[in-house]
Amino acid sequence: MKIKSTEIDDTFAEAFKMFGSRIIITAETKEWATAAAQSITGFATSVIGCKCEAGIETEILPENSPDQRHGVSVLFFAMDSQNLGKRLVERIGQCVMTCPSTSCYNGIDNGNEVVVGGQLRYFGDGHQISKKILNKRLWRIPVMDGEFLVDDIFKVKEAVGGGNILIMAKDQNTGLKAAKSAVKAMREIQNIILPFPNGVVRSGSKVGSKYKALIASTNDAYCPTLSGVVEKTEIKEGVNCVLEIVIDGLELEDVEQAMRVGVEAAIKPGVKKISAGNYGGGLGQYQIHLHKLLAKGEK
Amino acid sequence: MPLHLKLHTQPEVPLEADCICPDKIQSLKDSEISSMIVFHGNRQVKLGEFFDCKGAFDGEIIIDGDLNNVKHIGASMTFGKIIVEGNIGLHTGAAMQGGEIIIEGNASDWLAAEMQGGKITVKGNAGHMTGSGYRGSTVGMQGGEIFIHGNVKNETGHVMRRGLIVVGGDSGDFTGVNMIAGTIIVLGNMGIRTGAGMRRGSIICFNEAEILPTFMRNCEYQPSFIKFYINYLEKNGFSIDSSYTNGTFERWSGDSVELNRGEILLSTKKSK
Repeated sequence: MKIKSTEIDDTFAEAFKMFGSRIIITAETKEWATAAAQSITGFATSVIGCKCEAGIETEILPENSPDQRHGVSVLFFAMDSQNLGKRLVERIGQCVMTCPSTSCYNGIDNGNEVVVGGQLRYFGDGHQISKKILNKRLWRIPVMDGEFLVDDIFKVKEAVGGGNILIMAKDQNTGLKAAKSAVKAMREIQNIILPFPNGVVRSGSKVGSKYKALIASTNDAYCPTLSGVVEKTEIKEGVNCVLEIVIDGLELEDVEQAMRVGVEAAIKPGVKKISAGNYGGGLGQYQIHLHKLLAKGEK
Repeated sequence: MPLHLKLHTQPEVPLEADCICPDKIQSLKDSEISSMIVFHGNRQVKLGEFFDCKGAFDGEIIIDGDLNNVKHIGASMTFGKIIVEGNIGLHTGAAMQGGEIIIEGNASDWLAAEMQGGKITVKGNAGHMTGSGYRGSTVGMQGGEIFIHGNVKNETGHVMRRGLIVVGGDSGDFTGVNMIAGTIIVLGNMGIRTGAGMRRGSIICFNEAEILPTFMRNCEYQPSFIKFYINYLEKNGFSIDSSYTNGTFERWSGDSVELNRGEILLSTKKSK
């Protein structure tokens, strides 16, 4: 399939079943809420090295936030709910509770329960106070600017991680511009995040390594500098830069939609091909085919 | 269709009608309801001697008439709904565990005493000992919600351990006395000796109040959690000035003669 001058590879993105959670951070000003959100989503690009993947989903206006203050919603993903619960406790404790004026609330209605506020409360050293309003328990933990308010229970649900597109461009500049357009379009979709810096990753990985200690290593088939070196390369004539956008979402439909708008936005002169990463279909629970995706968009 | 009970004969002495409760009526045939036994003073009589019974019980009971002399309605109820069209007597909803009671008029003393769950709304005023423990009990209200749109008298929430009491008007003396935990919100003024002997729990008032010398002033701050209560109260028909949402509160901790883990929060913006 070719759209304008860009070839769309007849392949699929191999996505995985993960567990996801949404947290709502509020603060006195948008700046403080954003500061906490940026802090909590730091070092959360890939489960391979960071134990979880996280990103800012959207800003929340005071009229829509749980406590009528400025808010930011953040999505978290991990491979199992227990692990995700641990990450929430660590990161909310270190990155939100520490940030002046913030409060932190669960943002999902249905799912498995993980105790977060109920663990963070011990920071109150016995001075913490719980309040139950509308069958929901909140913990008030005394801190130096007043109180940190946090939900006792957060919900985690089955989600989808590892949706992706690969932008194969004639040069780095063209690739960056295409990726930027794709990210902008994808960020309009709710329930998804793009966990990498500015939504884009250049160090795509393959499973395994020649070094026994490593579980993943550079995706040599997509490295332009190795196109004549490795046995199998995906780098075609005229491609000198490959950028990947990884999408995690609370629902498969949202990941698919994000991929579709991303592909459409990335079609530009100089983008030779758009592809997707997979492991042959043997690992992930979901296969998102690019051609089917674009056909669905046309309907 | 709900069950309608209409008082046709005013009792000369208090009528103990704890049988007016969804749990006790649900298994009865319609014809058996008026034969339920109530105590008129120390005399056992049939409910039908005082009430006309119409309709069929579908989980809801509507009661009409001046019920000032009728006690224990809805006591220990676990489900269903009771709507009282006028005033009601002592011990209404005592030890209630679930369901809802709505009182269009005033409620007398011991409303929701030792309540464990459910919801009671009083559109008028309530008497002494609302949501309290009985004399000698170490624990009073253990759950549920009481919304009083008018005023309450003394000792509201005595030995309260859990739950929420909201007073739209003024509360009398000893609000939250010996409170163990839970939350009391008073939108009007409170009488004297608020929170005397309280161990834990929160008493929130939207006015200034006289504080016992055994309480320590902590600070003035903006507690975020109060916004959740304000939203909840508005949903339950209370009208609250929007300036309270982001307002500051003075925090007092006490009672130092006890555990000293309780708090009284007084709005720095005066409503009256």
